[in-house]
Amino acid sequence: MIVKDFKPVLFDGAYVKGGWTLENYEKKGGYQAARKVLAMPRDPATNNIPAMIEEVKKSNLRGRGGAGFPTGMKWSFVDYKSKKNRYLAVNCDESEPGTCKDRVVVTYNPHMLIEGILICMHTCGIENGYVYIRGEFCVEFQHLVNAMAEAYKAGYLGKNVFGSGHTFHVTPHRGAGAYICGEETGLLSSLEGDRGYPKVKPPFPAVEGAWRSPTVVNNVQTLSSLPGIVNMGAEAWSKIGPERNSGSMVYCVSGHVNKPGLYEMPMHVTLKELIEEVCGGISDGLKAKAIIPGGSSMPVLRVDGKGYKASNGKDLTDDYNIRMDYDTLKNANTLLGSAAVIVMHEKTCMVSALYNLVRFYHHESCGQCTPCREGSGWLEKLVGRIYRGKGKPGDLETLLSVAGQMSGTTICLLADSVAMPVGAFVTKFREEFEHYVQHGKSMIADPIKL
Amino acid sequence: MAFQFNDEMKKQFEWLKQRYPTRQAVLLPALRLVEAQQGFVDEPSMEYVARELDLAPAFVNGVFTFYSHYRRKSDGEHVVWVCHTLPCALRGACKILEAFQEHLKLGVGETSADGKFTLKKAECLGSCTTHPVAQINEDYFENLTPEKVRDIVLALKNGEKPPHLSNGPSLEGGMKHWGPLADAYPEGK
Ligand SMILES: Cc1cc2nc3c(=O)[nH]c(=O)nc-3n(C[C@H](O)[C@H](O)[C@H](O)COP(=O)(O)O)c2cc1C
Ligand code: SF4
Ligand code: FES
Repeated sequence: MIVKDFKPVLFDGAYVKGGWTLENYEKKGGYQAARKVLAMPRDPATNNIPAMIEEVKKSNLRGRGGAGFPTGMKWSFVDYKSKKNRYLAVNCDESEPGTCKDRVVVTYNPHMLIEGILICMHTCGIENGYVYIRGEFCVEFQHLVNAMAEAYKAGYLGKNVFGSGHTFHVTPHRGAGAYICGEETGLLSSLEGDRGYPKVKPPFPAVEGAWRSPTVVNNVQTLSSLPGIVNMGAEAWSKIGPERNSGSMVYCVSGHVNKPGLYEMPMHVTLKELIEEVCGGISDGLKAKAIIPGGSSMPVLRVDGKGYKASNGKDLTDDYNIRMDYDTLKNANTLLGSAAVIVMHEKTCMVSALYNLVRFYHHESCGQCTPCREGSGWLEKLVGRIYRGKGKPGDLETLLSVAGQMSGTTICLLADSVAMPVGAFVTKFREEFEHYVQHGKSMIADPIKL
Repeated sequence: MAFQFNDEMKKQFEWLKQRYPTRQAVLLPALRLVEAQQGFVDEPSMEYVARELDLAPAFVNGVFTFYSHYRRKSDGEHVVWVCHTLPCALRGACKILEAFQEHLKLGVGETSADGKFTLKKAECLGSCTTHPVAQINEDYFENLTPEKVRDIVLALKNGEKPPHLSNGPSLEGGMKHWGPLADAYPEGK
């Protein structure tokens, strides 16, 4: 076993039917962490708890929604001087292709999320929180509603929670099918009852978010990690996993592996161990070829390491042994993102795989910014043309140039989310794209349809 | 007849109004309540919601059309969403879509003449490790095979509970929306 003696925290009790009740959660020591934190007084000047913010900083918890931003630091950026109400928006939009972890937490461990929410709200001095849950998640939504109803009945939400004198209200908010509502400002627009249009940053939500008030936006998994941090102490939590890549991570492994699934473990694991040992190897006895390490918008890795260089200029010849943590992947010019690992074996046609992705991002562009709206459309047309065997010489240069012009010129990062995979696919698997353009067909027997 | 919330939906609607600092913020949940009551969102119900929330009907319509997952009046009784984003596509989503097309005798985007089924392509449904996946109304169907698709369609056609429901917990007693919360904490604020 790669990770010895590690007991899952978030997924403790996952997949056990009926395990989601308040009674069961409390039997396992649930809500002790929230009780402890709610007994801490807030600083009257700022109405927050600086010591708890420090504690979260010390734990090295990074946001699990995709950006990996340090949670304690985010909380310290909240405009505590503002006289306006503060809000919490919990991100359970979970729409980045490959990602499917929040759903399991909300279904099987909803009280851990509610406890995390309480800890965050008290620490940052927030009275009203919303859980933005994607519209397709009906069962998940109902589970959360039921768990919150239990919490209200028990007095764990509502007025004077645990005798703290403070009020905490949390409302589940249902989306209705739009990927862009996972982007934090798009989420807030949708929460306010509008189209899910992202907004220009700055101001960041921590300063001016929902209803133009300071708003903390955190992912479900991020918040669900808090009870564990309080229970074991930030110091101990920060020691799980490699330095500065602390705590347990949930890897969502999909695609061509024998045992796809959700695996919670510290970030010591290498890609090869994750695939070969944890997930039972590549399906059909084939070899791995390309792996997206962190959700479909992150640059793909080429398992044999050919075709590109690491940020230090060296050839990466052994990408398969890369360690699956934030910093290591960043050094390899990709990102851990939401830790959604999408595995493609040697018989995968990379042109068709990329076409699937650009189609997705074009479909999900909200259309506000020209480079994203038009650029993603062009990319879909261009890759589609190659895919249909009508590619022309020079198409690859055009692709790279269009993608290159999309980054950094738009309101939100969706434009980068399509530009990054295009750049990585075309650069790292160039010979496959060239072959497709030249011969009008894939060098792989069975390209993905759709 | 003009649309109006029934007692249950009215209760939830009033409760939701307590929970947000603005009326407009109740819009998305309110459209869900409409859907819960009559099975779809249409012009009269949008006008009703607009009136109740002091919003312009055109604004409500603009918001409604931004989102793909609300049920339209033209949708069949069973809306079948077949995911075809990369993880599902790698595991044969194409064959699943073909199987649905074959057994439903429908093309993508079409609704059957008897109004029973609508077939749509979905982007990632957020259940990628149990691919390929389809959603039918509220339920997820995971790790699909063409054979499973055949069984599911047959059962639905016969008005039976479909087999191969998600491995996860199913909805006992159906969707209750915000009802349990409104009951647990009637004062709202
Ligand atoms: C296009 C786009 C889509 C996103 N989708 C999600 C999502 O589905 N879920 C999520 O938690 N974060 C998503 N994010 C990240 C959020 O913007 C934000 O960083 C996150 O919710 C912050 O929470 P964290 O710090 O706890 O990770 C997305 C970002 C972008 C740019
Ligand atoms: S980058 Fe794309 S998705 Fe983001 S705001 Fe602009 S058009 Fe919308
Ligand atoms: S790709 Fe089909 S559920 Fe995510």
